[in-house]
Amino acid sequence: MSKNNIDAYRRKFLVGTGVAAAAVTVAPGLLLRQAQAKPADEAVTDKVRWGMLIDIDNLPNGGQGVVDACKKEHGWGNETHSNDKQKTHWVRTVKVTEKLTKHSFQLPVMCQHCETAPCADVCPTGASFKRADGIVLVDKHICIGCRYCMMACPYKARSLVHEAIYDQKPDSPRGKGTVESCTMCVHRVDEGKQPACVESSGGAIVFGDLNDENSEISKVLKEKGGKQIRADLGLNTGVRYQGI
Amino acid sequence: MFGKAQNILATMTLLALASLMVGCGETAPELKLETAKAKTEHCVEPDDVMRRNHMDFIKHQRDETVHNGIRTSKYSFKACINCHIPAEKDGKPVNYLTDDHKLNPEHFCATCHAYVGVQLDCFECHSDNPAGAAPADANHGGTAHE
Repeated sequence: MSKNNIDAYRRKFLVGTGVAAAAVTVAPGLLLRQAQAKPADEAVTDKVRWGMLIDIDNLPNGGQGVVDACKKEHGWGNETHSNDKQKTHWVRTVKVTEKLTKHSFQLPVMCQHCETAPCADVCPTGASFKRADGIVLVDKHICIGCRYCMMACPYKARSLVHEAIYDQKPDSPRGKGTVESCTMCVHRVDEGKQPACVESSGGAIVFGDLNDENSEISKVLKEKGGKQIRADLGLNTGVRYQGI
Repeated sequence: MFGKAQNILATMTLLALASLMVGCGETAPELKLETAKAKTEHCVEPDDVMRRNHMDFIKHQRDETVHNGIRTSKYSFKACINCHIPAEKDGKPVNYLTDDHKLNPEHFCATCHAYVGVQLDCFECHSDNPAGAAPADANHGGTAHE
């Protein structure tokens, strides 16, 4: 490489670093927002891992508001022919009481979006899967309704639709013979919006990117911590709780 | 050259084949394009391409959307419905099934699918009209087929 070439190379390198530094100093907030609302034609990546932190002490109505918001967003729970055991539940409230002290609390339980999801492990068709950004979903196009995932899930997060469904929400296709569960409102997340339950929670649920240490959820988790349900299973869930 | 039995057999075969063709003179149904034309001049592909390949387009897009989160509107199923199906007719949503669970010829997709006798599986899970896009009571009833 001659001297001129080296100079040209240096100049290019310096200009490049200058631009990168400017991008970092000018708009960290802007870049953060871009990371949330990805362009519609771009595939999701594992740079992001979506998660939720639920503070059950501040949840209005013991989490019932969360259930209602989810029903309204996705239209589940309107089955008319199914019995109580067959009815679908994307999220339910669970009351826990300690036997000795009688201390009890109530928490909303839904798909915990495990890093190593047992449902996806056992699915014979590949219909249960984890998206690159950590959201665990059912591809109902290839779900055969065998319910193996329902057996595998330690959180009882999934349910099977037992009857023909009409008037679905355009963003939440639901049909007889397929398994369904919380989608972390994937259609909203892809648009850069928050899940419906988070919006309804009055700040008691924080949603964000667990991989980004500057996101609100990561900061709160770092400072105050958040528990997993059945942490002993080592599933590294995307949903964490405070106050349990 | 042929025996009598063979002649009879040939005639019967012809008759049987002819009976299969009963109804073949029926012309293809007129497509209800008014709703879409009111919104845009052209579909995302030329008409002949759409007629032959629409199922491949939406099938390819469905995998991209479900697994990779790609939500471009060009081959989006939701975009098809929003453009082709009217929000409502006579104050009711246009459903793909009639009250007696037959394909409803008023529904854009059902028009052709009824004619060619191909099942419309999409709507067993997907919303068949854009009316559901509006926030509505999750427990509402009173639709055409309840």
